Amino acid sequence: MASFKSTERYIASRDLEVAVNAAVTLQRPLLVKGEPGTGKTVLAHEVAAALGLPLIEWHIKSTTKAQQGLYEYDAVSRLRDGQLGDPRVHDIANYIVRGKLWDAFEAPEPVVVLIDEIDKADIEFPNDLLLELDRMQFFVYETRQTVAARNRPIVIITSNNEKELPDAFLRRCFFHYIRFPDHETMQRIVAAHYPDIRHDLAREALNVFFKVRDVPGLKKKPATSELLDWLKLLMVEDLPPEALRSRDPHVVIPPLHGALLKNEQDVHLFERIAFLSRRGG
Amino acid sequence: MFAHFILALRQGGVPASITEYLALLGAMKAGVAAYSIDDFYYLSRAALVKDERHLDRFDRIFGECFKGLEPPEGDMTRELPEEWLRKLAEKLLTPEEMAQIEALGGFEQLMETLRQRLAEQQGRHQGGAKWIGTAGTSPFGAYGYNPEGVRIGQDESRHRRAVKVWDRREFKDLDDDVELGTRNMKLALRRLRRFARQGAATELDLPDTIRSTANNAGHLDLKLVAERHNTVKVLLFLDVGGSMDEHVRVSEELFSAARSEFKHLEYFYFHNCPYERVWKTNRRRQEHQIATHEVLRTYGPDYKLIFVGDASMSPYEISHGGGSVEHWNEEAGSVWMQRLTTHYRRSAWLNPCPERAWHHVMSIAMLRDLMGGRMFPLTLGGLDDMTRDLSR
Repeated sequence: MASFKSTERYIASRDLEVAVNAAVTLQRPLLVKGEPGTGKTVLAHEVAAALGLPLIEWHIKSTTKAQQGLYEYDAVSRLRDGQLGDPRVHDIANYIVRGKLWDAFEAPEPVVVLIDEIDKADIEFPNDLLLELDRMQFFVYETRQTVAARNRPIVIITSNNEKELPDAFLRRCFFHYIRFPDHETMQRIVAAHYPDIRHDLAREALNVFFKVRDVPGLKKKPATSELLDWLKLLMVEDLPPEALRSRDPHVVIPPLHGALLKNEQDVHLFERIAFLSRRGG
Repeated sequence: MFAHFILALRQGGVPASITEYLALLGAMKAGVAAYSIDDFYYLSRAALVKDERHLDRFDRIFGECFKGLEPPEGDMTRELPEEWLRKLAEKLLTPEEMAQIEALGGFEQLMETLRQRLAEQQGRHQGGAKWIGTAGTSPFGAYGYNPEGVRIGQDESRHRRAVKVWDRREFKDLDDDVELGTRNMKLALRRLRRFARQGAATELDLPDTIRSTANNAGHLDLKLVAERHNTVKVLLFLDVGGSMDEHVRVSEELFSAARSEFKHLEYFYFHNCPYERVWKTNRRRQEHQIATHEVLRTYGPDYKLIFVGDASMSPYEISHGGGSVEHWNEEAGSVWMQRLTTHYRRSAWLNPCPERAWHHVMSIAMLRDLMGGRMFPLTLGGLDDMTRDLSR
């Protein structure tokens, strides 16, 4: 099987490549954590693209149950059909709704499965999937049938650390923590996304961006995705790089800050810093 | 092959298991990390560490196991002791310069001159700036002059060089032994909530009842669910005054943010060590004092008692009557501590001082004994241990 490497659009550090390849080779799930906006979800898309496999996404919400990923028994429509005298009612298999994992297991070729933001779900959610992810098979009680994976899918799981995951679950995964990219990596990421951006603009914008991240007390530090949005705005507005250079973010809020600062307390903080430094200077 | 590494990891507090070890070996066999030590480092990290809080520990242990590095004692980047610098100064500076520095005013000036001098020296020698300890030999062995071994002021950026990645220790901030700050406040809160949500009762689970009734084709099927119950009552004793104020503010905020999760949360303030009186409002502590006996009578033994304080004071303030710095106390602090800890079934002491400094201070050791060893650092890990201990 092809191995995963940085692509033109996605810059992966060497440690991430090793982790992905280990998970692919040993056919174990890969758990990815990291600051919001550092490309955890995108990783799954890129892995699928790099390996040339289809991607099945399963986005987790607080109400998601593990069972929904396997299958659901639609009892309500069966009840209704029973009352209406529909002949379909005699076969329970008509009311089994397949979940994402079932789709992945039954797929004719190996697939990449993304279980996105697993920490959003109930605390027992990962435990309920232990066996399914380990053996890549499960049992359908209603029809007495075992669904086993034809090809073990590549499972990528992301977490934002809102809940701790159980040890037994972690033991079965490879783990990677996406660190916030340094200046140099960030340049490569920007170049990968906007190959035609002006070099001086990108440089100034990155300087401002890292300075903004360094301001102490920010509630939500801007991350990669915010930077990319902001750059796009800067390019659309066609701001000259000088507009960024002349301004020290410790003095004035950077232009078009709405893309970088996502909550009003942070904007407030910047205004206060600006006010103080004006008074001080 | 790497058994000693796994054992070292487990000893160092990284919970790696056999399963994970086998996974690592499997991946090695499959050739994921072929012949590169960096790849091996990345691979073993992905296989053995499952929590970013352990990454820093892993880096340290990896370094020890595969490089024979000296384990860093405490903070790697600490300042050098003054005597060392003086010794170094004797080697580097002429007696005239030394005299001049003494005349100019002592240690600060000495540091400054040394820093300049070393900066020049580094230009001539080609060695990079290495930190204390990592070189494996004492930088000052037998007064052997070795400025590369010293890190004064800003270090050269090691980051851009092709050096050992695990030596950079980039995950230091994620270790849960760091003190609580605004950044990890939220996580701490989550730990406290977990502590608060326990105990079980049963109540009707309406959605599940409807679902299973439907599953049952209309025959009623009652479903009950364990209720999340806030039964935890907390009595918070906060040390105020002096250096503690900042920590007290943090812990006060922390507990009041978690307040909705507790059935009851009561605060009391004390200074250094609890005696016969505590108070509820710090500003008007003289008028609004409450007898500790009254606290004991009012709040039953099912409350969980949590002290927050640095426990750093003169030992007499604990051991002797009349030892308090603020007033005349009939009975010694230790008597009051015993009274409090025996009355309340569950109690703990949160100490914002770094844990490694505890054994240097006699009063901390005394209070720790009085608490039966249940003193925890005010860190995420400490909070975890505390909640585990309190809810046992």
